[in-house]
Amino acid sequence: MAENSERLRRTMMFVPGNNPAMVKDAGIYGADSIMFDLEDAVSLAEKDAARVLVYEALQTQDYEGAELVVRVNGIDTPFYHNDVRAMVKAGIDVIRLPKVESAQMIKDLVKDVAAAEKEFGREAGSTHVMAAIESAKGVLNVPEIAAASDRMIGVALSAEDYTTDMKTHRYPDGAELEFARNMVLHAARAAGIAAFDTVFTNMDDTEGFYRETRYIHQLGFDGKSLVNPRQIKMVNSVYEPTAKEIANARNVINAIAEAKLKGSGVISMNGQMVDRPVVLRAQRVMRLAKASHLVDEEGNDIEE
Amino acid sequence: MILKNNVNRTLSDDLMAKLDYKPYTSTEIGNPEIQRVAPKVHVSTGNDKVVDSIEDVVKATVKDGMTISFHHHFRNGDYVFNKVMRVIIDAGIKNLTLAPSSLTGVMNDMVIEAIKAGTITNITSSGMRGSLGDFVSHGGLKNPVIFRSHGNRARAIEHGDIKIDVAFLGVPNADKLGNANGMAGKAVFGSLGYALMDAQYADNVVLLTDNLVDYPNTPASIKQTQVDYVVQVDEVGDPDKIGSGATRFTKDPKELKIAGMVNDVITHSPYFKDGFSFQTGSGGAALAVTRYLREAMIANKITASFALGGITKPTTDLLKEGLVRRVMDVQDFDKGAADSMQSNPNQQEIDASWYADPDNKGAMVDQLDVAILSALEIDTKFNVNVMTGSDGVIRGAVGGHQDAATSKLTIISAPLVRGRIATIVPDVTTVVTPGDSIDVVVTEVGIAINPKRKDLIASLSNIPGVPVFTIEDLQKLAEKKVGTPKPLEFTDRTVAMVEYRDGSIIDEIKEVKD
Repeated sequence: MAENSERLRRTMMFVPGNNPAMVKDAGIYGADSIMFDLEDAVSLAEKDAARVLVYEALQTQDYEGAELVVRVNGIDTPFYHNDVRAMVKAGIDVIRLPKVESAQMIKDLVKDVAAAEKEFGREAGSTHVMAAIESAKGVLNVPEIAAASDRMIGVALSAEDYTTDMKTHRYPDGAELEFARNMVLHAARAAGIAAFDTVFTNMDDTEGFYRETRYIHQLGFDGKSLVNPRQIKMVNSVYEPTAKEIANARNVINAIAEAKLKGSGVISMNGQMVDRPVVLRAQRVMRLAKASHLVDEEGNDIEE
Repeated sequence: MILKNNVNRTLSDDLMAKLDYKPYTSTEIGNPEIQRVAPKVHVSTGNDKVVDSIEDVVKATVKDGMTISFHHHFRNGDYVFNKVMRVIIDAGIKNLTLAPSSLTGVMNDMVIEAIKAGTITNITSSGMRGSLGDFVSHGGLKNPVIFRSHGNRARAIEHGDIKIDVAFLGVPNADKLGNANGMAGKAVFGSLGYALMDAQYADNVVLLTDNLVDYPNTPASIKQTQVDYVVQVDEVGDPDKIGSGATRFTKDPKELKIAGMVNDVITHSPYFKDGFSFQTGSGGAALAVTRYLREAMIANKITASFALGGITKPTTDLLKEGLVRRVMDVQDFDKGAADSMQSNPNQQEIDASWYADPDNKGAMVDQLDVAILSALEIDTKFNVNVMTGSDGVIRGAVGGHQDAATSKLTIISAPLVRGRIATIVPDVTTVVTPGDSIDVVVTEVGIAINPKRKDLIASLSNIPGVPVFTIEDLQKLAEKKVGTPKPLEFTDRTVAMVEYRDGSIIDEIKEVKD
């Protein structure tokens, strides 16, 4: 899944599926992924309306290259089947299933997605899926869940439901999430898919948001789920590589090019061997630098 | 013969001939010689100016067929307009021309009543909104309303195009001879900028105040040499409704995104250097631009020589911080800005002529580097409409739009669409500001640069995170988002004429067909 490992997923912005203005404007903030919510943000009376609105928006609106995700209603709800069918028909990139507790739930979803692809003439395998982990059971089963299907692109931790299940609540230092975060992250890495951290809802606590984002960045998460477009810039600034990191990455990439030119299988830089993890990290640094407008498409510094 | 002007608008040749108007041709004013007019002076030693009834002063001054004026510095907290007009209507006076600096919502019902009573038969104003705009757009006034910018009103008064017989000017303080300012008292609004024209040129100047202070009252913005009557009333305005409210920093992510890009355009332009000057408006995005600009000025260690126009607290905060050296203040939008005018000698009150009159020995706008303006609609010729809504109904004001747009870098900041209405359209409903004076349009998806500004295309085309589109592309994007609306329907009847700042006609507004 080359496309998956290369894609930046620093920010997954929640957009209530029943709010036309927010659905219409979701593309302008530069989120890496946009997640239209048909589940918790939408009241029972508006479930059908939200599904139709998101379906129409996907046909008519331009989301400027963002990865488009929809959170469908849970498998045990009467809305689930129509959600999946409508979103597959609309050509959504990723279906996010809430409250996933077993690999079987993902397998069931994939079966329904495959059926819908066939029903609406979509290319088989074109619709990806991801799992939201929201309970103790989900956390304990996350390695199997992450590996349940080759359509899986990521796992996300949902801390509100999870902390309730754990008979606690969220604290500023995040100690209550330590085990879950590491489980989700390890499961994702082992399966070769993305890991998304949970939302941070207090928009007035900018300092707390930065603290949490720096922490999950350090752990190795791909990015964070977000509730407000104003958080996108903040996350991106945390994920922005330093000038030194960029210079180093550029040297690594130049060394690869040089080695290729010489036909040499072994890459060395400053007399040291450059192995695969170093190359992968360098490529990721350059992608982040481009996304943060620190270098141009060719990888040259942008003079400010 | 079909008469078209230089922005391709069809004008009614009969009305143009009857009102002796020329069609708009160019934003260039040139260097003509202008003869200004002077007001009549009723000589007095000044000891008999104070009267305690509006009835007496109306009886002494207002006659059928006259032109009367008011200012709009109290905005929606104005009590003066309605008090005076009540008396004028009740006195049975007819055929007046109403020539205020602008009309605010609180005046609407009274204006409509006065039109219906035959008291008002002509109006010239910066704008109108709400029920009055609706009334006029549906043909409620026989003669066309003349819309003029603030600078153009000053020009028209100095020319004698607007000859004010009686000016009724509310002030929060005055002494018995009429020395007054807008800064002290209960209903303070700061600068008297627009009213200073009326005080200087009207044949009769009537001040209304709820705060008669000891003589001599200083600083005197309006001077005793200009004033005929001082009327004491119980209240001139509602202080809570004068300001546009606490100017809070917007949290709307779309406004912030637009403001961020406006700031990027300014800071990447050749004008962003020490000593530059700027004018912003009072909307959410404009206030956000002021904050971003502050950060950029600190980071680049530059200060502005002046900020101009309608002033808000974020701008006077820059003055206090030393980032702006002078605030040239024609009106204040909030109490913070009004208070600052009283305490900070570097905040200069300027009249509408000094601010923006084109027929001048230099106006402030002629020295302006950067103007950030809003729009109801912008078209693919960069023409801007700030006057009529998507339903064709009058709901806006020229304000200082045409005037400030003559700046070296004029930026229109507007969302691509509002709800289901496109902001960028093939042709605006009403041309108010010609595209020739607009340089850059900033929307939430990116910017469009006026192709006539080749120099700007070079400096603004490679800003990280600021995509550049053609204006046609932006228009198509908007149309793709919201669809193609059914064309508006109007009758042949002209309900308003929009002057360009030089007094030529840039567009007409027709009666809407329901």
